[in-house]
Order: sequence, then structure tokens, then C-alpha cells
Amino acid sequence: MLQSIPLEYYLIISALLFSIGTIGVLTRRNAIIIFMSIEIMLNSVNLALIAFSSFFGESSGQVFVFFVMSVAAAEAAIGLAIILALFRSKKTVYVDEVNLLKW
Amino acid sequence: MTLTFLFFSILSILAIASAIVTIATKYPIKSAMALVVHFFMLSGLYLTLNAQFIAVLQILVYAGAIMVLVIFVIMLLNLGDEEKLKQAFQTKQFAAILLSVMFAILIISTFISTMNFRQFNPELSISAGTVEALSKELFSNFLFPIVAIGILLTTAIIGAIVLAKRKLD
Repeated sequence: MLQSIPLEYYLIISALLFSIGTIGVLTRRNAIIIFMSIEIMLNSVNLALIAFSSFFGESSGQVFVFFVMSVAAAEAAIGLAIILALFRSKKTVYVDEVNLLKW
Repeated sequence: MTLTFLFFSILSILAIASAIVTIATKYPIKSAMALVVHFFMLSGLYLTLNAQFIAVLQILVYAGAIMVLVIFVIMLLNLGDEEKLKQAFQTKQFAAILLSVMFAILIISTFISTMNFRQFNPELSISAGTVEALSKELFSNFLFPIVAIGILLTTAIIGAIVLAKRKLD
């Protein structure tokens, strides 16, 4: 009984989640929460990719999800290391207090 | 209203609710816990789409590896809440939310206006989501990208060690 859910529903959920992630990135000041919002955005794109892949019967969309996941893992390692280094030098993780590169 | 549709609605509502909790709560650790819930709900949504392998991978990689890393960093930094930095709800933030809502409306209207309602073919999607189909695709058509991903992950490990080290000598 899988026919009952149209593709649009998944895409709308994906778009909503992406916008929630955008709101998080734009309004929060804690770098860790900004980082988590980026994860939400990446996951919403994954949902759209899997929905398309599943509805068209193509495996390549899910291969792309695999790549997105590995890039997200690399991003997690690097991003959290940057946050740690930031905290060590500036004693803060709030992005509006970090204005080293602000002109 | 079939059982699948019921599952789909519960999973998607919980996914959106936990995403909102993630971005709205004051404490980083609560937001991390909500994000774990979000990842599990997304994994359930992948299961309704017959993407079993990616659903397992979602829990393993995101809810397992990445969230452990995030919670570790939160504990390491020992942050309080954002109360001490609390400012009035600024027009900048209001503009950001307005912009994001407009963005959502734009995407959803594009989806609705350009798609014709496509019929779901369960047999097709079951064959697409298995480990066999995925690995066949991964190691034939995407052989070079997967090697590149290996190099990327190695670089990321080295970069994380270099960045997190106290002193370079």
C-alpha cells in the first residue's frame, strides 16, 4: 500500500525542513547550533534526493545521498575542530563576538 | 487514509517539530537531543520510500558518529545558555525569518506547479533501494567519486587533527 503518498508530499516536507535550517543558520549565534542547522539542511536535500530516486526507480540518487553523507561527516570533523580552535583562541562560540575578519 | 499515510504523517510532523526544537531551544545539548530525534524520524521517512540501506546508514552515520562528535564538543566547551547574551528580537532576525518563509513558499510553489502527480511504483523502488543495487551503481558508474570520497575523508581526518592540536611544531 505504498501508492498512497504522492512525491509532492516528500518534496514539501523537504522544502520545509530546508527553510527551518535556513532560519536556524540566519538567527542563531551559537556556532554549534548553526552547525546543527546546516546538518538539517543537508538532510532535507537527502530526503528530496531519495524521494526522486525512489519514485523514478533509479539507484543513482541514493548514491548521491551516500556522497552527501560522507561530505557531511568530513564537514562535521572539520567544523567542530574549527569551533574548538575558535573557543581556544577567543573563548567564545558566539559568531557575533568573532569579528577577526570583519572589515 | 491508509496505514502508510498515517506513518508518513506522524514521521513528518515529528521531523518538522524536532527540527523546530533544534533551532529554537536555548541550550545546545537539548538542541542536539532534538536533532537525534530528527535523524531517527528522517530514517523512518526513508523507510517509507523503500530506501533501506540509506535508512540504516542515516542512523549509523548521523545519529551515531556525527552526533557523538557534536555532543562531545558541547561537553568539552561547557557552554551555558544564551541568556547572558540575550538581546531584543531584532529586525535583522525578523528579516531572516521572513526571507526563509518566502524561500519555502517559492520552493513549494515551484514543486506544485511543475510536477504532475507521479504514480509510485513499489516494485521499481524496492529494487532501487537495496544494498545490491546501490553497490552495483557505486562500484561501476561512481568508481572515481568513491575513491575521491576516500581521499576527502583522509584529508578531513588530517585537517581535524591539525586544527584541534594545541600547538603546532
